[in-house]
Amino acid sequence: MVKVALSDVNLEIEAGEFVGLIGPTGSGKSTLVQHFNGLILPSSGKVYVDGVDLTKKDTQLRLIRQKVGLVFQYPEHQLFGETILEDVGFGPRNGGLSDGEVEERVREALEYVGMDYESLKDRSPFELSGGQKRRVAIAGVLAMRPSVLILDEPTAGLDPQGREEILSEIKRLHEERGITVILVTHSMEDVARLVDRIIVMERGCVALDGTPVEIFRQADRLQDMGLGIPQITELMRELQAQGLDVNTDILRVEQAEEEIIRIMGWQK
Amino acid sequence: MAKPLIRFTDVSFQYGRIHPGETSAALHNINLEVYEHEFVAVLGHNGSGKSTLAKHVNALLIPTSGQVMVSDLDTSDQDKVWEIRQQVGMVFQNPDNQLVATTVEEDVAFGPENLGIPSLEIQKRVTEALQAVDMLDYRLHSPHQLSGGQKQRVAIAGMISMRPKCIVLDEPTAMLDPEGRREVMSTIHRLNKEEGITVLHITHHMDEVIAADRVIVMDQGRIALQGTPREVFSNVDLLRELHLDVPQVTDLAQRLRLKGYPIQEGTLTVSEMVMQLCPSD
Amino acid sequence: MSMFKNVTIGQYIPGNSVIHRLDPRTKILATTLLIVVLFMVKSAIGYALVALGIAGVIWASEIPWRYVIRGLRPLLVILILTVSLHLFMTEGRVILQIWFLKVTWEGLVRGLMMGSRLILLIVGTSLLTLTTSPIQLTDGIESLLTPGKKIGIPAHELAMMMTIALRFIPTLLEETEKIMKAQMARGADFQSGGIMQRAKSLVPLLVPLFVNAFRRADDLAIAMEARGYRGGEGRTKFRELKLQPMDGVAITIVVSFAVVVGVFF
Repeated sequence: MVKVALSDVNLEIEAGEFVGLIGPTGSGKSTLVQHFNGLILPSSGKVYVDGVDLTKKDTQLRLIRQKVGLVFQYPEHQLFGETILEDVGFGPRNGGLSDGEVEERVREALEYVGMDYESLKDRSPFELSGGQKRRVAIAGVLAMRPSVLILDEPTAGLDPQGREEILSEIKRLHEERGITVILVTHSMEDVARLVDRIIVMERGCVALDGTPVEIFRQADRLQDMGLGIPQITELMRELQAQGLDVNTDILRVEQAEEEIIRIMGWQK
Repeated sequence: MAKPLIRFTDVSFQYGRIHPGETSAALHNINLEVYEHEFVAVLGHNGSGKSTLAKHVNALLIPTSGQVMVSDLDTSDQDKVWEIRQQVGMVFQNPDNQLVATTVEEDVAFGPENLGIPSLEIQKRVTEALQAVDMLDYRLHSPHQLSGGQKQRVAIAGMISMRPKCIVLDEPTAMLDPEGRREVMSTIHRLNKEEGITVLHITHHMDEVIAADRVIVMDQGRIALQGTPREVFSNVDLLRELHLDVPQVTDLAQRLRLKGYPIQEGTLTVSEMVMQLCPSD
Repeated sequence: MSMFKNVTIGQYIPGNSVIHRLDPRTKILATTLLIVVLFMVKSAIGYALVALGIAGVIWASEIPWRYVIRGLRPLLVILILTVSLHLFMTEGRVILQIWFLKVTWEGLVRGLMMGSRLILLIVGTSLLTLTTSPIQLTDGIESLLTPGKKIGIPAHELAMMMTIALRFIPTLLEETEKIMKAQMARGADFQSGGIMQRAKSLVPLLVPLFVNAFRRADDLAIAMEARGYRGGEGRTKFRELKLQPMDGVAITIVVSFAVVVGVFF
């Protein structure tokens, strides 16, 4: 893992937000998210989680890490338990919970990722398929009941169905449990339809920060960084460039459909 | 039509293990022909059999029944395996796990070394192959200094140096970022166009198949759909049923069509859509 | 990875000096001779001559001195320990007494000799790796071992193993760091506790590391097979090793130097 330096990052994330973190490879996204749970401490400046200063010597970083769950890329490569119960229960056990409580947490976490506790708890995580392994690994972080969940490209390498499953589970967690989610991704289509706010990193700095509509208005700037925009937004911008008076603040196919019908003057 | 380079005749493969830890899905009655200089994309969700299909082309797997022919060589003929592997190069998913040597140039030389090619000739081929994937400047780098896309290009060069007729790429972009995907895709398209190398590209990224000559959609070990990209993408509902994505523009075109508006079936790209909506240009 | 950053043993500094251009087999032989000579010399003059010889090679190799010196750092503890053991534990004429520790003249001499031997050994061998790329080194070893095939030494297989190991060490180090962080993110603690506790805490690190290494090995085996690999039989080399006149000169100098120093000093 190459550590990319960050410089002069000022950022506030509110409880309950769903944030998309994008940027070209090497822009500092991974380095940034590791600051959120104290895996990396800043060489200067401060990081606060829930009012606690992570850079202070007496801060219990282990407690912070229970609160801020971080799912790394390809998390299935970190599975180690003989059973799924042992693996998913690793976080809560490290948090000092009793066996009964650990089991309860594991049951809940597996359910959140759409897996059955009773039939799976005693099985080896290594027997599962690739997509299932990934979900068990994510459950391993959820079992700590974090109030903030950070996911570093959780859908990398999955097929469309696997991607869809994981993203809808994350969305449900955000909606039902009000958990704060920070999603690092390369997919502009995914951020466009999921998140409330996008942070764009470039060369260790926060380059852009705003709602998806605001961010994708700056298509040229994004393209300079080697990033794209959703295909549907690109279509609308292209139509505008051809002289059609269309609204280009469009992120979803349904919106585009209505807008095109309107501008073409087609009868419903 | 010309003689096919690769021909699958009634190929079935029972679920089996190749190496410990990796199982491969079954194939049922596959009939398929790939012609020289063609660019064929194979789509399918995980477990649809697309990787199993790929491994049959260079005799890493042998059909349980039926026959796979490469040029005039039968893959089940033990004596022809090495000849087949020289003709069909294979690039795999994980960029970290297929480079053998400690420098780029040594790695590209690995295949020709195995073929017993004289030293001077290998050096010539290494330079050419690295040029072909635009990685000559990195010849002395070690693989771990490269990005994912660069590693895959080196892996492709490692095939080119064996002078194959065909390259089979088994989800080469699945683990790459968008930049890396672009690098790899433009490299294989260039090799197909300029060097005339036949390409069998396996992927689940729909946008990577749009420029193919032919698309094959796999499901449950069978060929579910095949045709030109436009033909395949005209079946939006079937693709969805097979758990595949549809590009947003194609999705939009389909929705507009269903409502009776004048949009062509299987509209694939932004510019095609723009042309239909702004016909004056 | 930070904890491995200071290790220069095994590091290669690319260059185009006379020493860099020598055949790896010449350098391997010269290094072997150096080791033999170092165990033969008995006098201070002998050590001084060897040191002078090595200094000459460093100069000719154009390797910055600080790299050579840096190679000694990880072994500093062993060096100090060896020297002080000899310094204080040798019986003989006492020249200095600090509390109960006696420094003897004989001890001082032996300590200095052992110290010099160790330093010269490390510097000499690291010169081999500093001026020879891992590939050349493996090629050299393979070539030197090939005559041994008749008595069952698997020369090609050993060289292949070395190459793959060298190729994957950086990858595995990166992976180790990543898994450690991922488990720390789940509250794992690799630092505190007793020995048993610490050993147990390594399970969540080592299991995935091994599982992944096996997965990589599988992938690599398939990839190698697909590229036509079937062992050393009938394989050619990208770069063939060829002895140059320069190698003859180098070998002559090294051998005569070794004989003179080893026998007379």
